[in-house]
Amino acid sequence: MFHVTEFLQTLPVMGKGMLGIFCVAGAIILTMYALNFFTKDNGEQ
Amino acid sequence: MEALYANILEIQWQQVVMWLIGGVLIFLAIKKQMEPTLLLPMGFGAILVNLPWSGAVTQVYDGVAEPGVVDLLFDMGIANELFPLLLFVGIGAMIDFGPLLSNPKLMLFGAAAQFGIFFTLSMAALLGFEMKDAASIAIIGAADGPTSIFVANYFQSNYLGAIIVAAYSYMALVPIVQPPVIKLITTQKERRIRMPYEQKNVSKRTRILFPILITVITGLVSPRSVALVGFLMFGNLIRECGVLDNLSDTAQKVLANLVTLFLGITIAARMQASAFLNPQTLLILALGLVAFVFDTVGGVFFAKFLNLFLKQKINPMIGAAGISAFPMSARVVHKLGLEEDNQNFLLMHSIGVNVSGQIASVIAGGLILNLIAR
Repeated sequence: MFHVTEFLQTLPVMGKGMLGIFCVAGAIILTMYALNFFTKDNGEQ
Repeated sequence: MEALYANILEIQWQQVVMWLIGGVLIFLAIKKQMEPTLLLPMGFGAILVNLPWSGAVTQVYDGVAEPGVVDLLFDMGIANELFPLLLFVGIGAMIDFGPLLSNPKLMLFGAAAQFGIFFTLSMAALLGFEMKDAASIAIIGAADGPTSIFVANYFQSNYLGAIIVAAYSYMALVPIVQPPVIKLITTQKERRIRMPYEQKNVSKRTRILFPILITVITGLVSPRSVALVGFLMFGNLIRECGVLDNLSDTAQKVLANLVTLFLGITIAARMQASAFLNPQTLLILALGLVAFVFDTVGGVFFAKFLNLFLKQKINPMIGAAGISAFPMSARVVHKLGLEEDNQNFLLMHSIGVNVSGQIASVIAGGLILNLIAR
């Protein structure tokens, strides 16, 4: 009834997927901080 | 005379069931105002394509195929993923990333709230769905119609109709699905945590550069997501540049409404009884609920995890706003906060998280496309 092998095959996908999202989120966060910093430096608000 | 009633004798009980389902979708759209822009056309389309020998879909008479308009629209706009991408231009033009840009770390909650997608992928595989169908079902958890359509169509899922019905239905049911889940996994003390809001201005230059940079970053990491992220950010760039107000206005209103109109009725091409009425449809509806529940769980638990290390605690409920159902999820969290403490205004924080969820859901869709073979 339960397809355990197929379930186990999805676990690496789950791991890579969540890691991937957090890595991209981290890059986006750094980008946002950089954008805010550099435009603030230019005196723009 | 026989020509008048011959087709009536061709009615099958499965088609009658689909008429009823179409009627239910129309009722929910009109009476309950649940996502009427999609549920009403889908409901009407379900009736249209389930009439015996309906001319709205392709039929074969004496070995000669007569194309139906719904199938033509499907080939022109969904099979090639055009409609969801055009809709994303409109959605991008509607989004204000200001609350996120003024507090960038909220992006983490949007990322965490995509957990439900991957959890549902595993559950769908456990229940026997093929990987491509499991991925298509899991993307319901993105709480994002165009992304769900894009991914399910990319994998040529056999269950496109059920997936889209589930995705849009649960998006409309967020105010019902999320509150009990949030209350179950948080304590009253946690729900009462106050988060003071400090307004920060975001420069125009930041608002213009943001969509460009995000497209490049996510495109480099996940190339198959370039179309999804790119069109969303293109719409946002039109909005923020300040010199294309007419185009922004057109994208937000005319384009979005026009595409939604065609999208809704065209999805019905996959709501013929033979494709929709099977036990897997009920499983898909259940798995869709699992996706939304575990999205909420993922966001809230991430906030609780962060609170282990923070002096200034976060109200964990804002994690639940990381799903892409904008702005309903943000409003749900804000309302729950006020219920516990009528001086606790969480709206600006939850809006920032909700907006981050819109980006994160598209990234999740792109990652699914990259990680799972077609």
